[in-house]
Amino acid sequence: MSLLAFSLVLFAICVLAGLLGSLLGLGGGIVVVPVLTLLFHVDIRLAIGASIISVIATSSGAAAAYVRERITNLRVGMFLEIGTTLGAVTGAYVAGLVSGRVLYVVFAIVLGYSALRMFAGRHHEEGHHDVPPDSWADRLHLHASYFDPAEDREISYRVTHTRVGLALMYVAGMMSGLLGIGSGALKVPAMDLAMRLPMKVSTATSNFMIGVTAAASAGVYFLRGDVDPYIAAPVAAGVLVGATMGSRLLPKLQSRAIRGIFVGVLLFISVDMMVKGLA
Amino acid sequence: MTSKDASAARPHPDPTTPVAGDADAAVEEEDRRVRRVELIISLVLRVGVVTSLLVVVAGLVDGMVSQPAQRTSSALEQHLIGRTASFPHTFGAVFAGLGHGDPAAIVAAGLLLLVITPVLRVAVSIFTFVYQHDALFTIVTTFVLAVLIGSFFLGKAGG
Repeated sequence: MSLLAFSLVLFAICVLAGLLGSLLGLGGGIVVVPVLTLLFHVDIRLAIGASIISVIATSSGAAAAYVRERITNLRVGMFLEIGTTLGAVTGAYVAGLVSGRVLYVVFAIVLGYSALRMFAGRHHEEGHHDVPPDSWADRLHLHASYFDPAEDREISYRVTHTRVGLALMYVAGMMSGLLGIGSGALKVPAMDLAMRLPMKVSTATSNFMIGVTAAASAGVYFLRGDVDPYIAAPVAAGVLVGATMGSRLLPKLQSRAIRGIFVGVLLFISVDMMVKGLA
Repeated sequence: MTSKDASAARPHPDPTTPVAGDADAAVEEEDRRVRRVELIISLVLRVGVVTSLLVVVAGLVDGMVSQPAQRTSSALEQHLIGRTASFPHTFGAVFAGLGHGDPAAIVAAGLLLLVITPVLRVAVSIFTFVYQHDALFTIVTTFVLAVLIGSFFLGKAGG
């Protein structure tokens, strides 16, 4: 296989990975690492290094759009980045200490959890009521509003449990740094369930933080020599193209049957990763 | 901080506190300022991603044109599985490689640009918070920037 052929094959497969990821509402990273390790037999650290770069590309692209549409809560995002970046640096550092097998096992668990959570779907779309007061949210002026085009009105909301959210973001950031994923599947519920942000705001704000979170661990991976330009470049470009196509083609995948099939595929991959880690 | 300052610093008026009529103009002005910040951040992110991808593609094309022969299947596989780390992965090596027009260094420079894009976004936000006289968030974003810059040193130490 020449360099050209290799790049093109990798690019094409990562377009599919990005497409699948965005249709399920997951990032591309969680699909890319298994593809690189199980299909191309790439060393798992190089796969994670390539994946974290692709995460920056897709989330920065998406964040630009969300911020322009004013859905993102910039203050919540920038405050919680304290937790995600510290976690990401911790995770990236730990990834350099543990064996590849440990990475396979942890990856399998997080992938399985994320897939199942996506199948469970979204429960409540409307706003939260009776939000308990929180002095941190008041002091940081986190309460805000966003414009909902579907309802054609400005929706105000209040934020709570800021400290719990910050602690959960440290964990989410650590998984991101350890496994090279965006870990939106951990960030969104932390904001939606704990801090009571509206679902749309949680998703947009999660995307906003993912780029900075990934950058904190990408620096560690890059200087450690885990970002191979000839792997990372086609992967980042492919996932970006796939994720963009996914968000344009289908705003949200409604069919439960198709979601079920995709989730089944992800669970199968998760078991495969687990087997490879324990074998 | 007086209560007037507090209400002017938030992006949207608190839904539970009614805004007095004469403060409307100030809130509107504040909204315009916040909007400007949002647009700048959005622009930084888009320009960063597009520029870095252009550099990456240029490097890849250069790599395909200049070294097609020696990259045979077995050598490539060796390269991928063997973790030889023969590619540039320090700032020094990337800059040196750019000097000789090394395609791998061009691709790596593009990827570094991508990694730096969110860091730039954080740096820009610090200035906007200073401009808004928001001391608390100036500290918050400065801390995040420090973690990001520190991560590069940590990577070097771990390597």
